[in-house]
Amino acid sequence: MHEITLTVNGVVRQAAVPARRLLSDCLRHDLGLTGTHVGCEHGVCGCCTVLLDGEPVRSCLTFAVTVDGRDITTVEGLAGQDGTLSPVQRAFAECHGLQCGFCTPGFLCTVTALLRDNPAPSDEEVLEGISGNLCRCTGYQNIVKSVHRAAEIMAEES
Amino acid sequence: MKPPPFEYHAPRSLGEALDALAGAGEHGKVLAGGQSLIPLLNMRLAAPAHLVDINRLAELAAVDVEPGGVRVGALARHAQVERSEEVAAAQPLLRQALRLVAHPVIRNRGTVVGSLAHADPAAELPAVLTLLRGSVRLARPGAVRDVAAEDFFTGPLESAMEAGELAVSAFFPAPPPRSGTAFREVARRHGDYALAGIAALVALDDDLRITSATVACVSLGPVPVLVDVTDAVGHRPPDSADWASAARAVADRIEPEADIHATVAYRRHLAGVLTEQALRDAAREAVDA
Ligand SMILES: Cc1cc2nc3c(=O)[nH]c(=O)nc-3n(C[C@H](O)[C@H](O)[C@H](O)COP(=O)(O)OP(=O)(O)OC[C@H]3O[C@@H](n4cnc5c(N)ncnc54)[C@H](O)[C@@H]3O)c2cc1C
Ligand code: FES
Ligand code: FES
Repeated sequence: MHEITLTVNGVVRQAAVPARRLLSDCLRHDLGLTGTHVGCEHGVCGCCTVLLDGEPVRSCLTFAVTVDGRDITTVEGLAGQDGTLSPVQRAFAECHGLQCGFCTPGFLCTVTALLRDNPAPSDEEVLEGISGNLCRCTGYQNIVKSVHRAAEIMAEES
Repeated sequence: MKPPPFEYHAPRSLGEALDALAGAGEHGKVLAGGQSLIPLLNMRLAAPAHLVDINRLAELAAVDVEPGGVRVGALARHAQVERSEEVAAAQPLLRQALRLVAHPVIRNRGTVVGSLAHADPAAELPAVLTLLRGSVRLARPGAVRDVAAEDFFTGPLESAMEAGELAVSAFFPAPPPRSGTAFREVARRHGDYALAGIAALVALDDDLRITSATVACVSLGPVPVLVDVTDAVGHRPPDSADWASAARAVADRIEPEADIHATVAYRRHLAGVLTEQALRDAAREAVDA
């Protein structure tokens, strides 16, 4: 077993994990943060996407031991301290960017980083940005709309 | 599924990494970005006894633009190389190809050298290294060797790398003067591995006549196939070059395989169409250079 320390959503967390523990399983099972979803464990569906030092990565293709000492943001960490939803979360709610919500944590983390790096993306940039996330029920139209709406909300509030 | 158990090594220096790999011998594997290796472990298609994790070796993350080309360290991520303006200026083909590698989130983690080490004939970067006649630098304790691309890729997922060796960097030579490059591929969805892809390099003389035209093929054989089509296109200005004959030369040369996504005939057809498109793009870039 390996003793690791991760800063998850601003809180320092410790866990004892075998080397083969995927970051997705570490977050869900060892740390009890089940907001990060697991669909394929091949890197294809994107629903396990979290932010590693601010950059979106597949938590199912990352070993927890590899990121010992690093900073992780999961979907649970996107809202404000008082529970106020982030602009991206509000936009998804407003524009019907989710139905069952299985894929949503991955989309929210991916889009949060996308809009931080590019606050006013074109349609094409949005499509490229979310191309690695699959949704099997909402349809992508409303998700794309949500991304543009989130950009608008962020611009209004800045 | 979950990965099988393995002994984990987390070296803090290159020396430690080489010792750990040498100690593990044929039972050891390097863990770089994990974007190809961890899926294989999750699917239980690989079960190495030892994993040597190079993610803490910041010294291997360097990307150096040298007069002759670009040297990419083993820990440089796809995204880092793709975003570098210096790299794009020194060797434009890298960015052209990296934009076609998987999705942005995968590129945040996957490494350029890891992609070469993985030696997947469906991957873009092995074709880039082959077309540019680059090389991979391999190290073991007390010994370093450079292997040319044409000798490096030996079969599907097979390379000249021996057990216990670490690929420390790869070198992508700069393009010759008055030349252009291009990358064209067809994938079922954007970000998927290509059904077929072509990287092209065209060089001109001072009168803007073609002096050399070469392509490297993706998903069209067991290794990235390099085809010199200079004679087929002719020593002429790009406007009057015989691109169709180059396309036929490539389609005749390759030995694609069928799978559930594409037949041999369809892959051959794509190879011809993509060759013509990529050569035209590259020639246009060369004229503007
Ligand atoms: C959904 C998805 C889609 C993808 N689509 C594409 C695509 O379209 N095109 C494409 O090219 N790739 C694609 N990839 C693969 C991706 O580009 C990988 O990042 C890359 O192939 C391997 O790089 P890595 O750093 O992740 O290597 P790892 O997964 O860590 O390693 C891969 C292999 O190389 C060996 N290795 C790695 N680094 C070294 C080294 N320095 N020395 C010795 N051995 C080493 C490992 O031991 C292992 O055998 C995709 C991946 C996913 C998950
Ligand atoms: S569970 Fe990680 S990408 Fe599907
Ligand atoms: S909301 Fe159901 S999978 Fe996307």
